Amino acid sequence: MVPELGQFALILALILAVAQGTLPLIGAARGVAPWMGLARPAAQGQFVFVAIAFGCLTYSFVNNDFSVLYVASNSNTTLPLQYRIAAVWGGHEGSLLLWVLMLTLWTMAVSVFSDRLPDDIVSRVLGVLGLISVGFLCFMLFTSNPFDRLLPAAMDGRDLNPLLQDPGMVFHPPMLYMGYVGFSVAFAFAIAALLSGRLDATWARWSRPWTTLAWMFLTLGIALGSWWAYYELGWGGWWFWDPVENASFMPWLMGTALIHSLAVTEKRGAFKSWTVLLAIFAFALSLLGTFLVRSGVITSVHAFATDPKRGIFILAFLVIVIGGSLILFAWRAHRVGLGGRFDRVSRESFLLLNNVMLVVATGSVLLGTLYPLFLDALGLGKISVGPPYFDTVFVALMAPALFLMGVGPLARWKQASLPELATRLKWAFAVAVVGALLLPLTMGKWTPLATFGFLLALWIVASSVTTLWSRLKQTPAAGLGAKLRTQSRSYYGMLLAHVGVAVFVVGVTMVKSYEAEKDVRLAVGEAVELGGYAFRLDALNEVTGPNYRAMRGTLTVTRDGAAVRTMYPEKRIYNVQKNAMTEAAIDTGFTRDLYVSLGEPVGNNAWLVRVQVKPFVDWIWGGCVLMALGGLLSVLDRRYRVAVRARAEAVAAAGTAAAG
Amino acid sequence: MEMHKYMILLYFFVFPCALSHAAGDAALEQRVQRVAAELRCLVCQNQSLADSHAELAVDLKNKVREQLERGASEKDVLQFMTERYGDFVLYRPPLKTTTLLLWFGPGLLLLAGLAALFLRLRRRSAVAAEPVLTAAERARAATLLDSSSDPNSLNHHGEPKAR
Repeated sequence: MVPELGQFALILALILAVAQGTLPLIGAARGVAPWMGLARPAAQGQFVFVAIAFGCLTYSFVNNDFSVLYVASNSNTTLPLQYRIAAVWGGHEGSLLLWVLMLTLWTMAVSVFSDRLPDDIVSRVLGVLGLISVGFLCFMLFTSNPFDRLLPAAMDGRDLNPLLQDPGMVFHPPMLYMGYVGFSVAFAFAIAALLSGRLDATWARWSRPWTTLAWMFLTLGIALGSWWAYYELGWGGWWFWDPVENASFMPWLMGTALIHSLAVTEKRGAFKSWTVLLAIFAFALSLLGTFLVRSGVITSVHAFATDPKRGIFILAFLVIVIGGSLILFAWRAHRVGLGGRFDRVSRESFLLLNNVMLVVATGSVLLGTLYPLFLDALGLGKISVGPPYFDTVFVALMAPALFLMGVGPLARWKQASLPELATRLKWAFAVAVVGALLLPLTMGKWTPLATFGFLLALWIVASSVTTLWSRLKQTPAAGLGAKLRTQSRSYYGMLLAHVGVAVFVVGVTMVKSYEAEKDVRLAVGEAVELGGYAFRLDALNEVTGPNYRAMRGTLTVTRDGAAVRTMYPEKRIYNVQKNAMTEAAIDTGFTRDLYVSLGEPVGNNAWLVRVQVKPFVDWIWGGCVLMALGGLLSVLDRRYRVAVRARAEAVAAAGTAAAG
Repeated sequence: MEMHKYMILLYFFVFPCALSHAAGDAALEQRVQRVAAELRCLVCQNQSLADSHAELAVDLKNKVREQLERGASEKDVLQFMTERYGDFVLYRPPLKTTTLLLWFGPGLLLLAGLAALFLRLRRRSAVAAEPVLTAAERARAATLLDSSSDPNSLNHHGEPKAR
């Protein structure tokens, strides 16, 4: 009964989505106010029905309703409750439902927080979001229905993939999808602007907080995924350039370019058509990511070919969405003016150059991700494009971009002078160079990679400090505190996000240059030494979990004889799917992580144990959190909030201006 | 069966491993790691030999260690692996006609991007720029942004009725 209710709710949501995706758009074009008025209630109703469907699926999981095929494939009676809930998005069908839930959530947020926008813009934005929703709801209902019945019902479920039985699974996908799907709002604003022909600073200001918010969620989502992989996969890597990771990273890179370009459009009215194009690409890459992950094309081109229904659907959807918006762009974009004038050397140009670097980096990741698929599909052989390729290409492209990060914020709008910039930045550069040469020595080993990484990180921090300092000097307020208070939140947001990048770079540099690891055979009582720490295996015990059995090692870690930590790495065998899972034990620290994982048993009461010391590894995710916080701070900027007084003043000013 | 598996492991892994560690050959281990990071574990989802604990991976890593110990260069080992398993085993694809675009694509993209940027900026400074907003337009923008939309100020096409 409950699954049928869910199914019915999805169908109703589809009907509302069709209404939302057509009438308000036509209404906005023809000037029919009642049709435009449909947009908000349709969006909110659609959210309610998708939420009901989501609730129904969750109910089926919680109550172990194995007459639902999707539940039977992804759950089990012994699965703990929190994972039965997370299992809702543990497979293909449920992920799509989560996708649509997020989409309708964003849509509803737009419908609620858009009372300052003209009706025709709201109708167009919600209309475009409605059309996207139509596509995904159809995809779900026609190819991937999570409510399909399994008759007769299974006695028990096939269980959730043990890899996914982790708290990370509870938080990572919703966060990631919030970001992914959030770019649909930026996309809808861009399409609405093209449709209405009103592409101006006002448009940029409306769309900017939404875009930044989506970017923030995506940043956190990717960071969570990376952290999860780090502790759950059990071998201590944090980024693998896996196609699935790239699928989320490409929209992030494009989104990063987009938020910078939007800043210029808002402040200076320039880059308008470019900003629209970036918004289209960012969302197109989100869709492409969904296609790559959901069509099975990544695992094997041939798997895709044998069951192409889903893949073809998304591919067609992708072509319609991207093709349609690019045609619209080509048709309408020339009507967009150039915006404020600027010189070849100016903050605008620096930001544009940074945009080029980010887009090229995105293109390269896309190339590396799709290349093996194309070669294989064309029968030209099987190759692997892995970390060595991506590291080489990506670092080469990002290093200049990171350098520009230091220059851009200090350069003046409209017109800047290179010699002046050089004078103002010479101390920042000197600090970065000296620090980069000396810091690696404190780690006991000098490497070119470490020096280069420190140079970039220190450069970003030192130039940010310089920027803040020169800005404070120009602020008229008296006293440092007052000067600091007059700067806008979005300014601090920018600085914080940039420092976040520096922190991230430090993390990556330290791990890549100074991590140490050993694979050793340890019998009970034996010890291994690494990076000044002694790891002694004290015991090996069999333990039983709710749905697995495990071998648990007890290792005492000491440094110079003093106890540091007792660690308990496990090797688990899950009862249903029978796969072995490595549960690493991690001692997290501000300057280093100790990472211990069990490999394989080797004979008499001995195991292969991998011990690792990872300096500053947590800075990688710390940097991402700082970036996200920077985004949040920008969104909270005063100018995006309704200030009643400012509004009254603006109305008065408009009246005066019109009269004069 | 299980016992047999462990014997193989012992033979392939533990003995050479113990030997190399006994010799304190950190430099060799580093070389092994470096080579192993370039090679794909063929039985894993998407994992390098260096990261993998799979039997085949451990086996291959020992092969790498063995060859390096015998004086082979890192390049020789990669060559040996490619001959045995094809290009698929290499995480850094070799440069050949089918991978030309892969290796030179990013550079071409960068050149194209920079050229487009340069041309755009040059054309831009040649074209007369759009006039900056007048005070009245600015005020109208501010009203639109900061007040809830007033239905009377816009007609149905979203254009202001009177300028």
